[in-house]
Amino acid sequence: MTDLDVRLPIGGLFTVVGALLAGYGLRTSAEPAVYARSLGINMNLWWGGAMLLFGLVLLGIAWRRGRGQ
Amino acid sequence: MPHAAVLTWLDYAIIGIYFVFVLGVGVALRRSMRTSTDFFLSGRSVPAWITGLAFVSANLGAQEVIGMGASGAKYGIATSHFYWVGAIPAMVFVGLFMMPFYYGSRARSVPEYLKLRFDEKTRALNAVSFAVMTVFSSGVSMYAMGKLFNLLLGWSFDGSMLLAAAIVLAYTFLGGLTSAIYNEVLQFFLIVFGFLPLAFLGLRDVGGWDGLRARLAGLATANGFPAGAYTHAWTYMDHASRNPVGVEWFGLLMGLGFVLSFGYWCTDFLVVQRAMAADSMSAARRTPLIGAFPKMLFPFLVILPGMIAVAATPDRSASPVPPAEASAGALAGMGQGIVPVKRDVAGHLERDTRGHPIVDYDLATPAMLLHYFPTGLLGLGLTALLASFMSGMAGNVTAFNTVWTYDLYQSYIRPGASDRHYLNMGRVATVAGIALSLAAAYVAASYNNIMEVLQLVFAFVNAPLFATFALGMFWRRATGHGAFTGLAAGILGAAVHHGLSLPAGAAAGFKGGYLGVVTTYPSELAQTFWTAVAAWTTCFVVTIAVSLGTRPRPAGELTGLVWSLTPRPREGALPLLERPAVLAVIVLAATLTLNLIFF
Repeated sequence: MTDLDVRLPIGGLFTVVGALLAGYGLRTSAEPAVYARSLGINMNLWWGGAMLLFGLVLLGIAWRRGRGQ
Repeated sequence: MPHAAVLTWLDYAIIGIYFVFVLGVGVALRRSMRTSTDFFLSGRSVPAWITGLAFVSANLGAQEVIGMGASGAKYGIATSHFYWVGAIPAMVFVGLFMMPFYYGSRARSVPEYLKLRFDEKTRALNAVSFAVMTVFSSGVSMYAMGKLFNLLLGWSFDGSMLLAAAIVLAYTFLGGLTSAIYNEVLQFFLIVFGFLPLAFLGLRDVGGWDGLRARLAGLATANGFPAGAYTHAWTYMDHASRNPVGVEWFGLLMGLGFVLSFGYWCTDFLVVQRAMAADSMSAARRTPLIGAFPKMLFPFLVILPGMIAVAATPDRSASPVPPAEASAGALAGMGQGIVPVKRDVAGHLERDTRGHPIVDYDLATPAMLLHYFPTGLLGLGLTALLASFMSGMAGNVTAFNTVWTYDLYQSYIRPGASDRHYLNMGRVATVAGIALSLAAAYVAASYNNIMEVLQLVFAFVNAPLFATFALGMFWRRATGHGAFTGLAAGILGAAVHHGLSLPAGAAAGFKGGYLGVVTTYPSELAQTFWTAVAAWTTCFVVTIAVSLGTRPRPAGELTGLVWSLTPRPREGALPLLERPAVLAVIVLAATLTLNLIFF
């Protein structure tokens, strides 16, 4: 890694965006009209959750590698 | 025309957060840019997995995301030939056989390799044509973005273009190539996460792969093709009239699989620059091989949504539109599936020579986003779309500033200046590259035909390139005079072949035939592929003929530049999965498997 671990900005972006999407998905989970376009699936909750998890994993790897140096 | 989407605070927040992070990368890296090597080549210190993802992400611009979605809607799964035939074999070749020369010669750019191997005039021809092409490619990408976001969201054409250009300028100006590469990796993941739900929701809606196959079978027969023409990549390639691409297998393999793909992936500095930034010879060789893994799966991300778009039902509460009616719908000006028809500025239908409305396949992927994504996810999808435009733009600008500074400015205008001077010139070239790209975008907006002519000229310039590089690297007798004359003859050969041929149903003009019509091809793609073959063959033959009549360079000057005089890289000590040859075998086996599955 030059001079910044690339996992940090990617993990950070995915964690923030994933949390936003999942939070909005939770808030609107009782409003099926919001998800009419996505075949009734609460994609914000599921996909936002997946992004949040991916972001946290990347941040965890970056943190462990940073601590090991 | 799709209805302009209404975005909420959440959609705008996601776009805003993305902008903050890409700018943050540039700011975080600005102190690392101490020398010109840091700025233009990332100090040759980037690990292979990052350069590998950047290698494919730099190419993941509008042409790929929007263009391949459009081709998926138009040609079906045969569009995957642009990946499984037209990219992967060339990526394996450049990694295994060409990277030792690019990286090992310590050349700072592809034109500089040509100077080391051949001579100054061959480098100048390649550097000037490449610099002009990158600026125009970036401009066309900006123009497409401004037009698309104006259509989809009602955003100002000027505003959206200037905002994206300003952000790309900021992070490439501050952090140089490293910033572009890091953001390309970020954009890669964003594009994957932004478009994957599209394939999932679309497939689920049309009844899975079997449902899609059934719907497209009807569409194929309605268009005069065998039932499986849209869902089989090879079965109907025996004759040009039996597949929607309009090309037979030999033209496909020679034109796309050999000349065009090797000409792009093996010689284009835009992608090779990413490998040159790697931290070792082994990492440079693995760069295109690592990139090949996601590249071979991209058809499911960008082509599949296009295929679904022509099969999906506009009103989901209704039953699927029978295929014959889908074609009739297109004729009546209703579009095909959820893909709208083209309209002019006044909103009138655009019609072809037979009076039929033209389906606007370029809107296949955007129409899918608006059709399937709810608030929130729509913001993510649009951010992924923006990311694809911006990564393509940044790739072009970083390649332009390197070629301008090293191959033109340092070589011909101001040789012998300090490294600090060239670092500053790189930053000036970054600003100039963005400004020229914007100018090119406005040219594209004002004079559509000018861009058609320019893209045609670029195709002529690119087609013979691989012959020059192949002879330079694998035939030590090739000379500078041979290379330059061969390249010029190849470009001329392409122009003559194009001028003497026409695709079926086209009138003489931009489409060819301006020198008289000697032959007619079944489709534009067939004409493009055979024009490339003509250019490559001309360049190959002329380079050999002129080289045999001119004095070659002494063997001592060619060490590290040609195959027979370069020690083979020793990689026996590397772990098995880090050896380029092992990775290459896995990549080729996986690609062959995909071809067989969708045969």
